[in-house]
Amino acid sequence: MTRDELKQVLSEEIGNIAPEVDLAAVREDEDLREALDIDSISFLNLIIALKARLGVDVPELDYPKLRNLHGALDYLESRMGRS
Amino acid sequence: MAEFRMPSLGADMEAGTLVEWLKQPGEAVKHGDVIAVVETQKGAIEVEVFENGVIEKLLVPIGQTVPVGTALAFIRSAGPPIAAAPRPIAAAPPQRVAPAPIAAPSPARIPAAAAAPAAGLKISPAARKFAEEKGIDPAIVQGTGPDGAIVFVDVENAWRRLEAAPPAKAPVVAKAPPKGIDLAAMRGAIAAAMARSKREIPHYYVQHATDLGPATEWLARTNADRPPERRLVLGALLVRAIALAVRALPEFNGFFREGRFQPGERVHVGNAIALRGGGLVAPAIHDADRIGLEEIMVKLRDLVNRVRAGRYRSSELADPTVTLTSLGDRGADALLPIINPPQVAIIAAGTPVRRPWLVGDEIVARPLLQLALAADHRVSDGHRGALLLADIARRLAEPGAL
Repeated sequence: MTRDELKQVLSEEIGNIAPEVDLAAVREDEDLREALDIDSISFLNLIIALKARLGVDVPELDYPKLRNLHGALDYLESRMGRS
Repeated sequence: MAEFRMPSLGADMEAGTLVEWLKQPGEAVKHGDVIAVVETQKGAIEVEVFENGVIEKLLVPIGQTVPVGTALAFIRSAGPPIAAAPRPIAAAPPQRVAPAPIAAPSPARIPAAAAAPAAGLKISPAARKFAEEKGIDPAIVQGTGPDGAIVFVDVENAWRRLEAAPPAKAPVVAKAPPKGIDLAAMRGAIAAAMARSKREIPHYYVQHATDLGPATEWLARTNADRPPERRLVLGALLVRAIALAVRALPEFNGFFREGRFQPGERVHVGNAIALRGGGLVAPAIHDADRIGLEEIMVKLRDLVNRVRAGRYRSSELADPTVTLTSLGDRGADALLPIINPPQVAIIAAGTPVRRPWLVGDEIVARPLLQLALAADHRVSDGHRGALLLADIARRLAEPGAL
């Protein structure tokens, strides 16, 4: 999966928990939870969805690596490359 | 024959619009089935039935707005009725509710009651508030509530009429049901309920800083071995701790109605959930004192998902016996909440933050959670309120026992 495809999947799943957010307006280095205004349960729902879509189980300890879009893509890319 | 009525889904609701029938005449229904979807200021609500039987007749067509308490359908009972009363829904008096006014009443048809001095008018608090906001003299509004009382929808209709420059000829009920959530209406509903709360309930507040270390460490350990779909969040611990605490101190669980406190027989913890785009709802997790942490977590996730999708059930909104409101991970230190009537207590959790804290004589960094309680002075005192927060804090300090 290319980074662009990965970004597409991530965008779709973010769209499911924060439908009204214009992701194009979110900078890659912006804090996602703040930019999207999502709570811990919505964030958990995103993690669950990413596992279903990508097969990547993000442990809680790695949550900080998904802090912004750039970090999330880096992280998912490396996890998928390994598996 | 039983009547299936428009339920009241909280102090701030006086009418709802029928948007979908999920059962048709002749179909069998049983206790707990969702049989209709109703659009309210809080979004689309799935309405459950509390009888077993067969739908005899649907009385309200899709698209019609009717006051709380209006019969929506007849249900032919099958066997003896369920003994337990349905959940304590704050229903309007069953008999006297008139259907929503179809045509705009002209000034000539003002009923005698409405012509009485304003002080003698029968008008609900929400209706009065709305009338004040919109600058509408209640004396010109025709009441359709019990004994001709003016309810919210009457003032709303009057306001719509005044707003429409040429008197609208189309009947009010002909308009299409609103799509999604009307944020202005929801804001109005929240304002009405909170204004009533502040006007009628003598609030007192108690606040308590809690060391969240044991809870966050326990959560991290517990979640480390779990797949995402089985992980827990702090909110579930809070719901559970509150449920157990109010069971131990029952004066914080229940309703203040008809001039007295009615203790809740069960513990249904309402969770204030912010809606994306604004507004909030507080649907309940039922029997949170009896179901375990895992089940609370499943229900919490399910609730958040459905609330975001704008779809939840009537019983969830109708009957919280106590409410939790949380600022979540990104917010301010503390929140001082307002009681959601007819409940008598609400507990707020601020954003957990690392702060210097004394452990023994050492200053150490600990994650602190500011718990705040607003409670009804007609029912309890600050001393008991402090005991409640201390009890919740103690339970959070032993998360393994929750």
